[in-house]
Amino acid sequence: MFLMALLAIGASMLLLLTRAALGPTVFDRLVAVNNFGTNTVLLIAVSGFYTGRPDWLDLALVYTLVNFTGTIAVCRWSRFGHLSFARPAGTAGGAAQDGRR
Amino acid sequence: MWVELLLLVLVVLVAVVIARLGDLFAAAMLTGIFSLLCAGLYTIMDAVDVAFTEAAVGAGITTVLFLGALGMTSTAERQQRFRWRPLLVVVLTGGALMWGTSDMPAFGDPAAPIHHHVEPEYLEGAASDIHVANVVTAVLASYRGYDTLGEVTVVFTAAVGVMLLLGRAAGGAARHWRRGADRSLGVSEGAAEPGELRDAPMLMREKPVLRVSVRLLIPFILLFALYVQAHGDFGPGGGFQAGVIFAAGLILFGLIFDPQAVARVFPPAVAETLIAVGVLLYGGTGVATLLLGGKFLDYDEFGLASGQHYGILAVELGVGIAVAATMVRLYFAFSALHPEDVVEPQ
Amino acid sequence: MIGWLLDAASWLLLAFGSLFCLVGSLGVLRFPDFYTRCHAAGITDTFGAVLILAGLALQGGFSQGVTLKLALVCGFLLLSSPVASHALVKAAHAHGVLVPQPVPDRVSEYPKSETAGDHRSQER
Repeated sequence: MFLMALLAIGASMLLLLTRAALGPTVFDRLVAVNNFGTNTVLLIAVSGFYTGRPDWLDLALVYTLVNFTGTIAVCRWSRFGHLSFARPAGTAGGAAQDGRR
Repeated sequence: MWVELLLLVLVVLVAVVIARLGDLFAAAMLTGIFSLLCAGLYTIMDAVDVAFTEAAVGAGITTVLFLGALGMTSTAERQQRFRWRPLLVVVLTGGALMWGTSDMPAFGDPAAPIHHHVEPEYLEGAASDIHVANVVTAVLASYRGYDTLGEVTVVFTAAVGVMLLLGRAAGGAARHWRRGADRSLGVSEGAAEPGELRDAPMLMREKPVLRVSVRLLIPFILLFALYVQAHGDFGPGGGFQAGVIFAAGLILFGLIFDPQAVARVFPPAVAETLIAVGVLLYGGTGVATLLLGGKFLDYDEFGLASGQHYGILAVELGVGIAVAATMVRLYFAFSALHPEDVVEPQ
Repeated sequence: MIGWLLDAASWLLLAFGSLFCLVGSLGVLRFPDFYTRCHAAGITDTFGAVLILAGLALQGGFSQGVTLKLALVCGFLLLSSPVASHALVKAAHAHGVLVPQPVPDRVSEYPKSETAGDHRSQER
């Protein structure tokens, strides 16, 4: 039964990679990559049980955190164009606001 | 074996795509995917400690640092002309390397020389001499402790290199950040200087969902880092991973609440001091064993029953402190540089 | 008996969890627009993850370390994944990704005889 779950999660990862490759806007790719990360966490958890080593769950926990941090970083960057502190006036960070495709 | 082959093919594919992309933002995202694939490979090869570190550093911290670097420069790669001399050098070197490795024993061959000299001694000694369940930690912190001291020094050198390259404006600007903090926090939620905030998009720290959820998560992340630090003797973990997770928690806070919020809690000067403190703790443990009459980093001098444990604990703590402080300092360096934000001291 | 029951329950949870993961990813691939894809992605984040992790928890027995860690992973995922999607959608909206206009309802253009008996035809 673990094998079935592994195959299903692997198939869903392939589907998400296709969307990440296709997605017309950069945000489509970001959604796909974020979801790919969640699927990776599930993959690590299930394959930990499949190979009989439940201490891979630490790795799953770390990857959840890492995925979250990466997505938030990208959101912040694509809003402001940089990671330094945000100025309230909307003119900051022109690099990312020119209709990224 | 097929999974490994698939992952290797994907790794090569992603590497080629990264090299060919002109859009550096997409390339930065793809390096995160590359690190994830490598972590998958290491997991399949049963190297969970390495996979842990690779996932945490490669997919998290370096993505943030790359984005910071893109924010300081630009996202379009400068087009380079094709040059044949570097191509020749690369082909010759690669060819020589591949010819050289053809003599190596097959992967995993039990008759290979590495499995016959120190390896059985380490595998048995981890349980009997060092009393540590995780062989990786035993080898890293005790049998090859001197190498790991070199690794921590490399981390220290990287931090020093970044500080030299990016200048101490980031660190010295902590004072300015506090002033800048007052300046930008003065425009609080809703209160508008007419025309300035009304049409501007909400800042990240003003979004209740992000604010509340990050505030809920950060304590657990820091606690998890301490757990990983302490658990390194028994399962995957140790100083490097713990330091990276700790820094990731603080960086997450900085991504939502602006770097100066982190600077108020963990000023860049303190980070710089702690990098040195970590390395000193490690070296200091070695000096302590010298002073107690033994050899450098011979933990048995701390007492025969649990001396190894104390030694490994102290040493891993040094590593964790150094790595955490380095990552946070690098984050400050990569996220602080807009000249107009640095208020001149009056 | 109990062992067999737990096994069956765990198998069922894993099966449904994987199904939802697949459905979610299929949605991300096939939906026509960014915002609808975000909806599909949310299915994996919640249903798929919770069901799979619950199935694993039943499988691992109630040994303290494993179940606690699975609960932690589940809690963390439930907290962080939707927040990340929320942040992405906000960023996309602020960046100007357009919300598609709804397609107008063309029932009123059909000839009367086709909608005879439909309560709407009385409002014309």
